[in-house]
Amino acid sequence: MTSAQLVVTLAGLAAIAWVNWYFFIAGRTPVIASVGQGGAQRVRVEVKGGYVPAVIRVRAGSPVHLEFHRDETNPCTEEVVLPDFGIRTFLPAHRTTAVSFTPGEGTYEFACGMGMVRGTIIAERGA
Amino acid sequence: MPDTLTSATESCTIPVTGMTCAACSGRVQRTLERTEGVSSANVNLMTGAATVAFDPAVTSAERLVETIRSTGYGAELPVREESSEALLNAQDAARSEEMTDLRRKLALSVAVGVIAMALAMLDIGSGDAARYALLALTLPVVGWAGRHFYTRAWAAFRHHGADMNTLIAVGTGAAFVYSAVVTLWDDWFAARGVEPHVYYEAVVWIIALVLLGNLLEARAKRQTSGAIRRLIGLRPATARVVRDGLEEEVPLAALRPGQEVLVRPGETVPADGLIVDGTSNVDESMLTGEPIPVPKHPGDQVIGATLNRNGAFRFRVERVGSGTVLSRIIRLVQQAQGSKAPIQRLADRISAVFVPVVLSIAIATFVVWFDVGPAPAYLHALVSAVTVLIIACPCAMGLAVPTAVMVATGRGAELGVLIKGGEPLERSQALDTIVFDKTGTITEGRPAVQAVALADGSGVSREVDLLGLAAAVERLSEHPLAEAIVAEAQRRGATGHEVAGFESPTGRGVLGLVAGRRVAVGNLALLRDLGVDPGPLATRADAFAAQGWTPMYVAVEQALAGLIAVADPVKPTSAEAVGRLARLGLDTVMLTGDNPRTAESVARSVGITRVLAEVPPDRKLDEIRRLQEEGRVVAMVGDGLNDAPALARADVGIAMGTGTDVAIEAGAVTLMRGDPLGVVTAIRLARSAMRVIQQNLFWAFIYNVIGIPVAAGVLYPAFGLRLTPAMAAAAMAVSSVSVVTNSLRLRRFSPGGSS
Repeated sequence: MTSAQLVVTLAGLAAIAWVNWYFFIAGRTPVIASVGQGGAQRVRVEVKGGYVPAVIRVRAGSPVHLEFHRDETNPCTEEVVLPDFGIRTFLPAHRTTAVSFTPGEGTYEFACGMGMVRGTIIAERGA
Repeated sequence: MPDTLTSATESCTIPVTGMTCAACSGRVQRTLERTEGVSSANVNLMTGAATVAFDPAVTSAERLVETIRSTGYGAELPVREESSEALLNAQDAARSEEMTDLRRKLALSVAVGVIAMALAMLDIGSGDAARYALLALTLPVVGWAGRHFYTRAWAAFRHHGADMNTLIAVGTGAAFVYSAVVTLWDDWFAARGVEPHVYYEAVVWIIALVLLGNLLEARAKRQTSGAIRRLIGLRPATARVVRDGLEEEVPLAALRPGQEVLVRPGETVPADGLIVDGTSNVDESMLTGEPIPVPKHPGDQVIGATLNRNGAFRFRVERVGSGTVLSRIIRLVQQAQGSKAPIQRLADRISAVFVPVVLSIAIATFVVWFDVGPAPAYLHALVSAVTVLIIACPCAMGLAVPTAVMVATGRGAELGVLIKGGEPLERSQALDTIVFDKTGTITEGRPAVQAVALADGSGVSREVDLLGLAAAVERLSEHPLAEAIVAEAQRRGATGHEVAGFESPTGRGVLGLVAGRRVAVGNLALLRDLGVDPGPLATRADAFAAQGWTPMYVAVEQALAGLIAVADPVKPTSAEAVGRLARLGLDTVMLTGDNPRTAESVARSVGITRVLAEVPPDRKLDEIRRLQEEGRVVAMVGDGLNDAPALARADVGIAMGTGTDVAIEAGAVTLMRGDPLGVVTAIRLARSAMRVIQQNLFWAFIYNVIGIPVAAGVLYPAFGLRLTPAMAAAAMAVSSVSVVTNSLRLRRFSPGGSS
């Protein structure tokens, strides 16, 4: 093996390790939006290549209004789906679209129409 | 002041959960009525919905939901259909804008691609000047036509996300940057004995083909929501309100319950209501799938969005806006389309890791070609890695299930079959047993007099007289068989008798004095109690019972006067439905509260072999459970009103109704018309949809499983076979489009087919 081959091989292995770290491990650090007590729970979610926050902690049993602000025209995120609540809605670009539902205790997923961009809703008692 | 009246009331329908009895719905209703700002409230136990008219200045739908919750029941905020319609329009607008944009970008890319090919063919693409010309041509393709791949990939990357754009951006980016470097610093490469080789043409064609794929995909995706669009489009813009004898055209939004509306031939019925005047035939096919127009008379229900055919009529509006059958259908279909089929979980798991895994494979491909590939190793390595990135297609996987669920539930709605989501769709395909709750599914649910027999020497010598006497007593009874006798007497003009001293011994029949004569109508037990000998008509009674009819004896002044046979007629399509279910490999079972003899005879006439008779309503659920314990996957077909627990217990609950009477929200599947063939349609549609989903998933998997290794060059050592990046781009474009196109085949699903 030439030195060039050795360098490319090591660099390749390092790149593979980095790709897997960056997308699978580093990406897991959640941004948590806690919602205040009393009244309706409103959470604004920025939609641009992903959801921010991607992990939302809410109180179970009371209505949640998620306000999706989609600031891009990428059709990948044009729809948001909350399968557990039977919601599939279009998000017009550069506008805020609200969806409302009342979660029971549990963890729910929301995702784009094709399931590539994802977020999680954690509903807890007395949270 | 009509203005304040119309603007001060808003109406909404709030789904309420957890109500089990009339006391529950009564409590919710009273609480709502006492709420400030509420002008009227109606809580329906069957549909589990509260329809509330309120003053938006005083209260709001959100607050009403809270009010209902305070009573201890669950309530969800109603989905505002105006907004969902507006969103659909916005989606349309965005999509056509996107398509226009894609078309322009595609045109530029193709133009540049053709020029680049021409340069190559004329063999002037290898010189120094040609490389600069190609760079200049490629710049607008990368910088404008393909720009969104890079910006979107970057946006996702910042959130630790990766999608299709990431793969295209990295693939074309690597090829373009390498080519640009070679072009600008060719002397440096030449000095090291490397022939300057550029890939502008490949970059341009990749971008062109991916844009073409996106364009076709956008067009196909628009068609998947066509059914909802058609349903929303059924609503007319205005209604012709009749007020004090004057007609006035009002916008649909201003229409209120209680108003009278005139509908002329060829016009669309604007809302749900009851006909007060006029007769006509109404085409309800757009909602129920019923191809034959339904005759309508005063007192009949009409459904908004159906088409009036030949007569003019006036009807009183009962439901408007979100409470109408059409709005409820739209809402259910939208919810179904937002739901997820369990089969999608695997696809979801794969999509979640797909892009980073492909990136890793591409890097590995580069390394392997560089280390062991033929010279120039780094060029082969670069091209192979780029090909891997381009051929990989996560879109096909993501589109495989949702597009099929959307098209199937939409097509179902057009046929009057509402499948409430991906899960019922998936479970319907696994069914092996269909249980029919006899009354109202196999039979009409409206008993009618089938025959009358007279006894000799009783003083009653005409059938019409016998019916008249019996009807006089039965009028006070609430039994469904009694209604049949009263209706028949009315039809034959035998009415007008008064009754005194009415008695109704439980499980026996009815007694009373009619015109001074003591009349008894009931079963054998009643005759025995009265000491009347049924002997003279015993053989006739047996013959009636053998046909599945229920014989009712009539005695006048302690003497047998005659027999009236009543039966719930079998629906004309029941036998065909049972036969077709059998051909689909499904067992049918009939469940009924009737006596075994009547039940057997009905079952025989339609071809059902297994009968569960004398099952009281509260035990239906147990019978379903028993069948499930036999290892069967059971669908229960019922009217959705009296058998809700059994529908819920079954693997798939199928509620069958007619027009406005149907409990649309009950059951996992709702048949909009009372035709048992709808069960066949539902199961065949589910099977077709699941077949399409399996094909889609198989194709999406196999495409990537074969495509990626071939692109990486696994066939090269043995066969010298490799793909070019442009070939990879074409394959990818075809792959995602073919999945959506396959799903769109379900739009042509026909209920008449045999598979």
